[in-house]
Amino acid sequence: MSATTPEEHAHAAHPFLQHHFEDLGQQHEASTLGMWFFLTTEILFFGGVLCAYWVYRIIYPEAWAVGAAQQNTMAGGINTLVLIVSSLTMALAVRNAQLGRRGGQVAMLLATLVFGSTFICIKMWEYHEHYKEGLLVGSSWHWNEVPALAPKVQLFMTFYWGMTGLHALHMVIGAGLLIWIIFRAWRGQFGPEYYGPVEVMGLYWHFVDIVWIFLFPFLYLIHGVHHHG
Amino acid sequence: MAEHQHTPEVHVTPLLTYLLVFAALAAGTLLTWWVSTIDLGWMNTPIALLIATIKATLVILFFMHVIHSTRLTWVVIIGAFLWLGVLFVLMFADYLTRASDFWSIY
Repeated sequence: MSATTPEEHAHAAHPFLQHHFEDLGQQHEASTLGMWFFLTTEILFFGGVLCAYWVYRIIYPEAWAVGAAQQNTMAGGINTLVLIVSSLTMALAVRNAQLGRRGGQVAMLLATLVFGSTFICIKMWEYHEHYKEGLLVGSSWHWNEVPALAPKVQLFMTFYWGMTGLHALHMVIGAGLLIWIIFRAWRGQFGPEYYGPVEVMGLYWHFVDIVWIFLFPFLYLIHGVHHHG
Repeated sequence: MAEHQHTPEVHVTPLLTYLLVFAALAAGTLLTWWVSTIDLGWMNTPIALLIATIKATLVILFFMHVIHSTRLTWVVIIGAFLWLGVLFVLMFADYLTRASDFWSIY
């Protein structure tokens, strides 16, 4: 038994209003809240890796400093800025959706995709450099600049590959979702009364940006610890 | 009729706010890089953590629109960080009190 009269139903009939929501406002709140629940699981997922990282960083501070010194700070810093610019363009895409500006929305989403792809390309170049330097953990490891610390630096690099790899995987998934959202925006599906998918896309993108905001100082910028001179 | 047909409450953040947050994030990135080149002893790590936390807070409040979100959303987000806190506190309550294989390495 539905409590909705035909008149009310006709009034509510927005093409993207799902039948189980009262109205678009409730639908929007439910989708952003649901995204935050998902992001909670993501915070704890990355939090578990970060926790393990800190345990070993406290045990092996010298190896962590030496490991961070193997990173290309310029590439990491530029990538941090690239990702922040992509977050700005993502935020502006949501703003354009709220204002019903289709062209600006598509342009800002495309810019976000371009900057996100730039980040992934720079990251892949860094990975290739690490591979050549023998910093790929496992059987191809041949880095030995500080022999006494090499096994522990390999542990640092295990965290490096794992954490940046998980982050890069999120970037690739984000880029794929962006293509879908760009297509929908281009079709003119979003406006002031319905922009939930763009907003939720933004929440995901900004979360991935926040992860990198922590990974950059944790993996690239550890100041050297000189216990033994 | 008490029918309340509402569309999303649209809070359009001013362009200037987004640009200022972006400028602060870029400045924070350069600052955290610059500070890491100076030897401040044990202070290097807390400073890097503080800058990253401020940057993350700015992203959450303004880019993710949490400043205009419902209280229920705030509860979920604060809950997320409380659980993260539980994870860290309990983990280190264990490891930092293991005298044999933790601090005694030095």
